[in-house]
Amino acid sequence: MKTFKLAALLATVAVPTASFATDLEVTHWWTSGGEAAAVAELAKAFDASGDKWIDGAIAGGGDTARPVMISRITGGDPMGATQFNHGQQALELVQAGLMLDLTDVAEANKWKEVINPPSLLDSCTVDGKIYCAPLNIHSPEWLWLNNKVYTDLGLPVPANWNEFVASAAQVEAAGKIPLALGRQPWQSNLAFGALTIGVGGLDLWKSINVDKNMDAAGGADMLKVFQAAADARKLAAKSTVQDWNQATNMVITGEAAGQIMGDWAQGEFQVAGKVAGTDYTCLPGMGLNAYISTGGDAFYFPVTGDAEKEAAQKRLAALLVSPAVQVAFNLKKGSLPIRGDIDMSTANDCMKKGLEILASGNIVPAGDQVWSPDVQTQLGDLQGQFWSGDMSAEDAQAAYVEILKSSM
Amino acid sequence: MSGQTRPVRVLRNLNAKIAAVPMILTTLVVFVGGTIWTVIYSFTNSKLLPKLQWVGTAQYERLWNNDLWNAAIHNLLFFGVMSMVFTIGIGFLLAVLMDQKIRFEDTFRTIMLYPFALSFIVTGLVWQWILDPGMGLQEVVRRMGWESFSFDPLHDPDTVLYGLLIAGLWQGTGFTMCLMLAGLRGIDEDIWKAARVDGIPRWKTYIFVVIPMMRPVFITTLVLVAAGIIKLYDLVVAQTNGNPGNASQMPAMYVYRYMFTAQNLGQGFAASTMMLLSVLIVLIPWAYLEFGGKKRG
Repeated sequence: MKTFKLAALLATVAVPTASFATDLEVTHWWTSGGEAAAVAELAKAFDASGDKWIDGAIAGGGDTARPVMISRITGGDPMGATQFNHGQQALELVQAGLMLDLTDVAEANKWKEVINPPSLLDSCTVDGKIYCAPLNIHSPEWLWLNNKVYTDLGLPVPANWNEFVASAAQVEAAGKIPLALGRQPWQSNLAFGALTIGVGGLDLWKSINVDKNMDAAGGADMLKVFQAAADARKLAAKSTVQDWNQATNMVITGEAAGQIMGDWAQGEFQVAGKVAGTDYTCLPGMGLNAYISTGGDAFYFPVTGDAEKEAAQKRLAALLVSPAVQVAFNLKKGSLPIRGDIDMSTANDCMKKGLEILASGNIVPAGDQVWSPDVQTQLGDLQGQFWSGDMSAEDAQAAYVEILKSSM
Repeated sequence: MSGQTRPVRVLRNLNAKIAAVPMILTTLVVFVGGTIWTVIYSFTNSKLLPKLQWVGTAQYERLWNNDLWNAAIHNLLFFGVMSMVFTIGIGFLLAVLMDQKIRFEDTFRTIMLYPFALSFIVTGLVWQWILDPGMGLQEVVRRMGWESFSFDPLHDPDTVLYGLLIAGLWQGTGFTMCLMLAGLRGIDEDIWKAARVDGIPRWKTYIFVVIPMMRPVFITTLVLVAAGIIKLYDLVVAQTNGNPGNASQMPAMYVYRYMFTAQNLGQGFAASTMMLLSVLIVLIPWAYLEFGGKKRG
């Protein structure tokens, strides 16, 4: 390991950067229209800097893509770079020494000073060393509404979740589906998380997820959240699509009135040529509590044992965090940039709302940052069961507490 | 004399023995070795990477306390019993009909066996579309005039297993029919003649004479169908992906979810060990009946 680092160091010293092109295969699960457009920006920037981006998109979402990525890394066929979500998904790979240490890149580019919020960099740090390059911030706590559905019915566009629920009966009477929801467990889990912050509020969220207070998880306030989820379940009963972007499409076409989805849904509205504020409305924190959680995507660079590749990996890491790439990528993706010192004035209404919340510091860590994939999967399974069956709010809450307890 | 023949015996068919070495090694290392490794690591708390940190039977306790696993086992039992009864029942019935010296027997046999040539993924997708209320059977019947016709088994937790069963039967009965037909053809013509001389009706001959004589065929079919059911995975993934809720979850899907998505190898290994155990429960009595029986007979 030591000689290998030395070799890498020698390589970076002896060979001036970008003197020759290196191919890097980059794996990710960005395959929907808006996502593909954003990834093309990264590829363009990397190719322009003299190297070559070999795109390794894996269809089917993160749950399908991550096993492929992990087995390639552990099986001795590492790619040049790979996407993971901020948090604990790649923790064991880092601990096993399979990921490249990026501390020197981070120091050279002053990541500690520019990356905002700092919790993103903390998620990349293991034992004081930095192992990933944060790329964007995604917050799941958004309610997306199609304005036309409401104006056609002569109703005001709801300003928060409570108004949305109140007007749902009229929407349903008009033959529309009030709430679009994809039938994959993570989407139910996401909707539930959004309701926890929106209906339950920040203090409740923090005491359960950060302080791991199990009395709060089993308490009366949390029961209200489960009851809100039971309401949402009724509103989404007729939505039978699987993928999140199919559900978003139902909102875009006016087949459904709204969807609880992360800010990545924004990219789909944009690709469909819709304008924020006039065609669709976005309500961060469900319009009730304007807090967003700061999950998102980061790039990890597996150890390849090839000095030339390693230099290219470090060049890509620096490039991903650079201001120009941050602006270009995040505008297409609809996500928030990971640095506060860049000009996002061309962002649309929805992104501006997100930027304001981010600047005001109303942020909480994402589920992937506070719970392990094991717990996240179990919570997803529970929500999948809850949202498509007739489980009572009380039973679901009891099962929820059991899962959280089992992880401690 | 015997001292001379022994070395010759070992060397006899040497080419064949050398040719078999790779297969023997694969079996020992990959199958047996991999199985033992999995069982050993199911007693650890391995997460993303295998680690030898013993936790005793904690993974198994968690497994059997997990709603999803229990739902999966329940679904599998239900699907398994239904599928077993119907594939063997319908398969035998078709074979008997086929055995009535009908015309175009080859054509019918090919048609019946055709679904078996498709992969479960294709079968699952095709039946997902056929059973989809928006574009499948329901829509076709509605367009023909029955506006109120409703047939949507895949989106109702109570009926989704029947939806899977239809697809599974469509794929599997042709194969059991062929096995049964081979068994029927193996019955000596003289038995039929004797039965006719004694004036026994055909249906009685089938039930009391032919079926008991076909015991080995039935047992083989039973084992093949049972092993196929326990490892059921691709059909469900393609057709319903475990939805709605946990109503069509299967143990193999649980194993995959915990090994890869949840990054909890120990839990996935415990679940796959339980699956292995259930396969053994099916296989051991069969091996005993098949091989033990022959020696005695």
